[in-house]
Amino acid sequence: MIDVESIYWLIGLLFVAWAFLIARDANHPRRWGSSSFWGLLGLCFFYGTAVEAKTAPAWVLGIAVLVLVALASTGLLGDGRSTTTTEEQRTVYAGRFGNKLFIPALTLPVVTVIIVLLAPVLKIGSRPLIDPTHTTLVALGIGAIAAAVVGVAILRPRNKLAPVFEGRRILETIGWAALLPQMLSTLGILFTQAGVGTAVGTLAKGVLPSGSLIAAVVVYCVGMFIFTVLMGNGFAAFPIMTAAIGWPVLVQGFHGNPAIVFAIGMLAGFCGTLCTPMAANFNLVPSALLEMKNKYGVITAQVATAVPLLCANIALMYFLAFH
Amino acid sequence: MLVLIGVLLVIVGFAIRLNPLLVVTISGIVTALLGGMSPLEILNAFGSGFSSSRSVTIFVVVLPVIGLIERFGLQEQAKALIAKLARLTTGRVLLGYLVVRQITAALGLTSIGGHAQTVRPLVFPMAEGAALRRYGTVPDKVRERIKGHSAAADNVGVFFGEDVFVAVGSILLITTFVDTTYGLHLEPLQLAVWAIPTAICAFLIHGFRLLRLDRQLDKAVQEARADEETTHAAPAGGQA
Repeated sequence: MIDVESIYWLIGLLFVAWAFLIARDANHPRRWGSSSFWGLLGLCFFYGTAVEAKTAPAWVLGIAVLVLVALASTGLLGDGRSTTTTEEQRTVYAGRFGNKLFIPALTLPVVTVIIVLLAPVLKIGSRPLIDPTHTTLVALGIGAIAAAVVGVAILRPRNKLAPVFEGRRILETIGWAALLPQMLSTLGILFTQAGVGTAVGTLAKGVLPSGSLIAAVVVYCVGMFIFTVLMGNGFAAFPIMTAAIGWPVLVQGFHGNPAIVFAIGMLAGFCGTLCTPMAANFNLVPSALLEMKNKYGVITAQVATAVPLLCANIALMYFLAFH
Repeated sequence: MLVLIGVLLVIVGFAIRLNPLLVVTISGIVTALLGGMSPLEILNAFGSGFSSSRSVTIFVVVLPVIGLIERFGLQEQAKALIAKLARLTTGRVLLGYLVVRQITAALGLTSIGGHAQTVRPLVFPMAEGAALRRYGTVPDKVRERIKGHSAAADNVGVFFGEDVFVAVGSILLITTFVDTTYGLHLEPLQLAVWAIPTAICAFLIHGFRLLRLDRQLDKAVQEARADEETTHAAPAGGQA
């Protein structure tokens, strides 16, 4: 069975390969810091398998993660500006290959979707071939390999490892932001374990005037929005706000339809995701990927959608959920 | 209540623009200490938090193929393709992507798009190509705005499309949480159906903004050019 751990090993392997390339690059301005950062990150992906299986202590990985943060935040990590084609060369290539260039780009989603759809019937004996709990992740990993192979076959780069070299170029433009989504996820876990949720629930109950349905709906939706902004994702905010207001006040007190209250409440949280740097993989990683000067530029583009949509969610919940 | 200091640290850290990795780490450590966790428990939490959240770094697997096709001119080809289609403006390109992203996400095909997979190699170059066709050259400020909106179209599309699909993470999180905590028996389908009104609102609001984007870009390009002219004109004025 191809399980999700093999995809994490593939990611780890890529990081280690990129660390090796950086170590060999004598012109790199932050050669050793960068190489150690990506190499250690790769090793963490391997070690994570043992932590998940509970065969190795997690604190070792904890120390490694703190070292990664230290490397990144003390300026030891930098972009080596690896060599690639110039814009003129690319225009010539574009003329030569034309729309064939889209084939590898489309191979990726097409293979991914086919594997996701076929996964339930792909079996060896009675064992599923693809890990049924992480089908999409495994499918995306296989899709990425298939697309790279198709790309090399069509474009015939002089060096067959060109995808690895070019991958390093994009990775280095992303830099430390590549680690941020995982760190934020870890922060959410720490917040929960330390009891931030309970403290917030107590605060929320304090500001709620009793007997007013519209006030309760507004506090639930705006609360989902604010705590999503603070914690970076609606999943962390949902249990807090639902325990504080959604269940006791809206469902039990005002007899709201639970499916409608919870579905729209979660979507009010998603409006918060559009507005926060804490949702790094949606808002900061893309600005790094697109090499934007303002790393909050994606959020700027989204705020004017998020705020009216939050109001729409409040109205939808108020008018649909209570009969 | 003391643990809320950690939340405050996050806000202050981001506000004074410290390195976000450092902000998150320090806030995590401070919150955990205030919450009464021991140093070993904190290190364990960092370690298990990292290993259980490896899936969010999945975008790394697509970098090699995207890098390869970029090397051979994918972005240039995407721009050239759009330049031929006279009726496609930046706003319309992004509106088209929003529609595709929202519908495919609603069908459960969330991984068909994404910032690494589609926005950098295809969506942004096409949106920029449309602007190049209209304006000849695109000032940096305007290019930044097109980048922001390209990423935004992906986010809005996937957030408010995926909840219409029953097997998505957030729907499953809601049902498992409320079923185990409050003893309800919610079906994912019940929740997915009630995500549809919000999905329609999201499409109307963001779609309307994208249709207005073209006129806003027209204005921004004019302003940027006027700025350029005055800076060029200044030395000449000084000589006279």
